Amino acid sequence: MLMYLRNLLLLFLEFFKTGLFAVGGGLATVPFIRDMGAAYGWITEAELANIIAIAESTPGPIGVNAATYVGYHVAGIPGGILATIGLVTPSVIIIVLIAKAIKKYYNSYLVQSLFKALRPAAIGLITAAGFSLLLVAIGVKANFLQFRFSADRLTLLKLGIYGVFLFFAFFKKTAKIHPLFFILAGGALGAILSL
Amino acid sequence: MSLFKLYLMFLKIGSLMIGGGYSMLPLLIRELVERNGIITEDELTDYMAVAQCTPGVIAVNTATFVGYKVRKLIGSIVATLGVITVPTILIILIAAVLKPLMEYEIVEHIFAGIRLAVCALITASVYKLFRKSVTNVTTFVLFLLAFLFVAVGGVSPVFIVLGAAITGLAWGGLKKC
Repeated sequence: MLMYLRNLLLLFLEFFKTGLFAVGGGLATVPFIRDMGAAYGWITEAELANIIAIAESTPGPIGVNAATYVGYHVAGIPGGILATIGLVTPSVIIIVLIAKAIKKYYNSYLVQSLFKALRPAAIGLITAAGFSLLLVAIGVKANFLQFRFSADRLTLLKLGIYGVFLFFAFFKKTAKIHPLFFILAGGALGAILSL
Repeated sequence: MSLFKLYLMFLKIGSLMIGGGYSMLPLLIRELVERNGIITEDELTDYMAVAQCTPGVIAVNTATFVGYKVRKLIGSIVATLGVITVPTILIILIAAVLKPLMEYEIVEHIFAGIRLAVCALITASVYKLFRKSVTNVTTFVLFLLAFLFVAVGGVSPVFIVLGAAITGLAWGGLKKC
């Protein structure tokens, strides 16, 4: 019992630390989780790979999914919940502080000039992230320096389907369709065509 | 907007985002910008920029930001709880009983199809933000530099955001001098 409570506390603290120091989104939490695995024997390297695969393919933020999984693995349902709460608590504190500051100075000249330069750069970042997601989705390894496009049939098929979805996402009459239906159609096509 | 509605909105976003932080972008644009008009496209871009260079999960950071804008501290907590509720329950279910299900080949195919749809949605969303903020040569250069540094150079987004912020401050400061 004491061991169990200790594990719960450790889960909260370790994931709090992860949430506080992992910069750059969900996958940035992976090295922290690996360290935990090594320090407490909670998970092996193979389990970690499994956890990432599941976290990436189920709904929700990848970091949250991974935290829940590890927490559950170590200490059942309370563990899953505490690990998740631990992970998101620093975010809420930090972002609330920043949001407060931004709100106060949002209309000031300097903050406006800051965001004017930040916006296009942020869109560049998101484009890069979207691009690497796309490369993974159509099955091309994301390495620009030795970029070789091996177009087997499956890759071409996936590229074609992406193109069709892209058309529907941009075409005025279909662009208003809720993202949910795109996701459902994608899942159905994936099952039918064995993507 | 009531706290309950805020919670439900992020519950929906949390259950539909598949593939990590960026997959919430199309949902955020649809639910927050277009349908409810809670924030503008510019604000969303600002939030995403800050969410990327601050610690923590991007989706949670963004949810906290939007929640704060709607109802201050309590709003940020409610939005964050909304975005993590379904994923937490789902992952516990998977870890407890559904794990064998994840090993069926068809599940893999379904997710492969979903990823393609999500990528198309993200492309369209990024284009919307692009059209709004990249309006002249200067902003295009900033966009291109950020893209190349991250996609080709593998530079951490943190440095890009900091660099762009400093550029903006310096530019604004110089113009005023």
